[in-house]
Amino acid sequence: MRYWVRDSWFQAREFLQTFGASQLFMLRLIMLTPRALLRPGLIVQQVYATGAMSLVIIMVCGLFVGMVLGIQGVDTLSRFGSEEAVGTFAGLSLIKELGPVVTALLFAGRAGTALASEIGLMRATDQLSGMEMMAVDPIKRIVVPRFIGGVISMPLLASIFTAVGLFGAYTIAVVVMGVDKGEFWSQMQPNVDLVRDVLNGTLKSFVFGVAASMLAVFEGYNAIPTAEGVGRATTRTVVITAIVVLVLDFMITAFTL
Amino acid sequence: MQQTRAVEIGTGLFVFLGFAALLFLSTQTTNLEAYIGANSYTVTAHFNNVGGLKPRSPVSMAGVTIGRVEKIGFDPEQLNAVVTLNISGKYDRIPEDTDASILTAGLLGGQYVGLQPGGSDRYLEDGDEIMFTQSAVVLENLISKYLFSAGSRPSEDKDEDGDEAPDAPEPEEAPQEARQQTRLETGGDEMPVADPPAPDELDDLDELDGTNTPGGPRETADEADPALPDEEQGTEENQ
Repeated sequence: MRYWVRDSWFQAREFLQTFGASQLFMLRLIMLTPRALLRPGLIVQQVYATGAMSLVIIMVCGLFVGMVLGIQGVDTLSRFGSEEAVGTFAGLSLIKELGPVVTALLFAGRAGTALASEIGLMRATDQLSGMEMMAVDPIKRIVVPRFIGGVISMPLLASIFTAVGLFGAYTIAVVVMGVDKGEFWSQMQPNVDLVRDVLNGTLKSFVFGVAASMLAVFEGYNAIPTAEGVGRATTRTVVITAIVVLVLDFMITAFTL
Repeated sequence: MQQTRAVEIGTGLFVFLGFAALLFLSTQTTNLEAYIGANSYTVTAHFNNVGGLKPRSPVSMAGVTIGRVEKIGFDPEQLNAVVTLNISGKYDRIPEDTDASILTAGLLGGQYVGLQPGGSDRYLEDGDEIMFTQSAVVLENLISKYLFSAGSRPSEDKDEDGDEAPDAPEPEEAPQEARQQTRLETGGDEMPVADPPAPDELDDLDELDGTNTPGGPRETADEADPALPDEEQGTEENQ
């Protein structure tokens, strides 16, 4: 019993410590960002690695999520005799929620794991210590460009996901299930607001981008320098990012509505 | 070298696609034209009840959208809603005596402000007020009116012959009318003073009820009906 109490106390303290360390780490990354922007070559490379390489998975997933929304939307709304509202339904749910959230989860799986294992392996093979020996700050040279690359990529990936998803919903609803083409768009346009919906969705994807990139590089940088430690850091990246993204999504939605 | 070129092309393509998607979302799926209000003018209108009208609802004339509702506020002096309408500068020849009413699109559709042109040869300008307005129809009021009039009709038919109007003020509505009446007289700035006379006037109205109430109360009857939800919803619409 006493051990259990002591263990949970240690665990709570460790959790708090990790939380605080991640906040300090993020602050450090943000402080170093302006200087890192002076070397755009490094950032372009990371935008390519995190963003351009994720295009395929984002587009395929977006297409299928949109198509499912089309089917479910028409099926459900036809019970109320208002299939035309599927445009509003798919547009609002993709732009406000599914686009940013699903993209962030996919991003954590596709790009976050790559970042975490890459940096973790650098740690395990003492490459980071080597850089320090050469008076190169590994955070400036390795971590910050990856962080910025992820932050730039996420909103773009989310918009692509949403646009492709709308295309999928349109294909299913209009081409396959025969909803009127004009109604699909004309029901969507008055109901989707530029600021409250599109800008809010983009803001969400930006916040998720900051969170997902930061967690990935944080986990990688602080990985235990063994093969097992790198594997565990990669797993933790996905798990923690998923939790943080969903919690943040709820908080942003609750505060901006 | 080949490697970096591929990277650069890929990145360029990705960023281009991303911004194209963002552009598509913000222009094709939204009510973007509502935000491009560079050349427009605003007029205000007072309504007793705005119902489900919301900011950015359309303002239409003859079914064509010519503007948007900019904001909905509450007028503490007149105790009714002030709706600010933003009308496109293209339509600058709307007669001054135009009539504004809050209508519903479709059976369950959103509400919008419909304008009926008047005949004046002076036109609405920026900052003007539309004097003739008609409030939103609140479904509950319609239903309760129908229920009460249906329930009380047989007894009234016994008392009186057909010379009474079918929607004569009901006893239930009398206190409210009385309050509305005194508020109009006192300018509505002293609520506590306005309340006490209500019972007296209620008696008066009861006596007058049969003999087709003359003057004031009859005229305000139609306006007074939506006044109750107006007071309740006032705070909600203010947000």
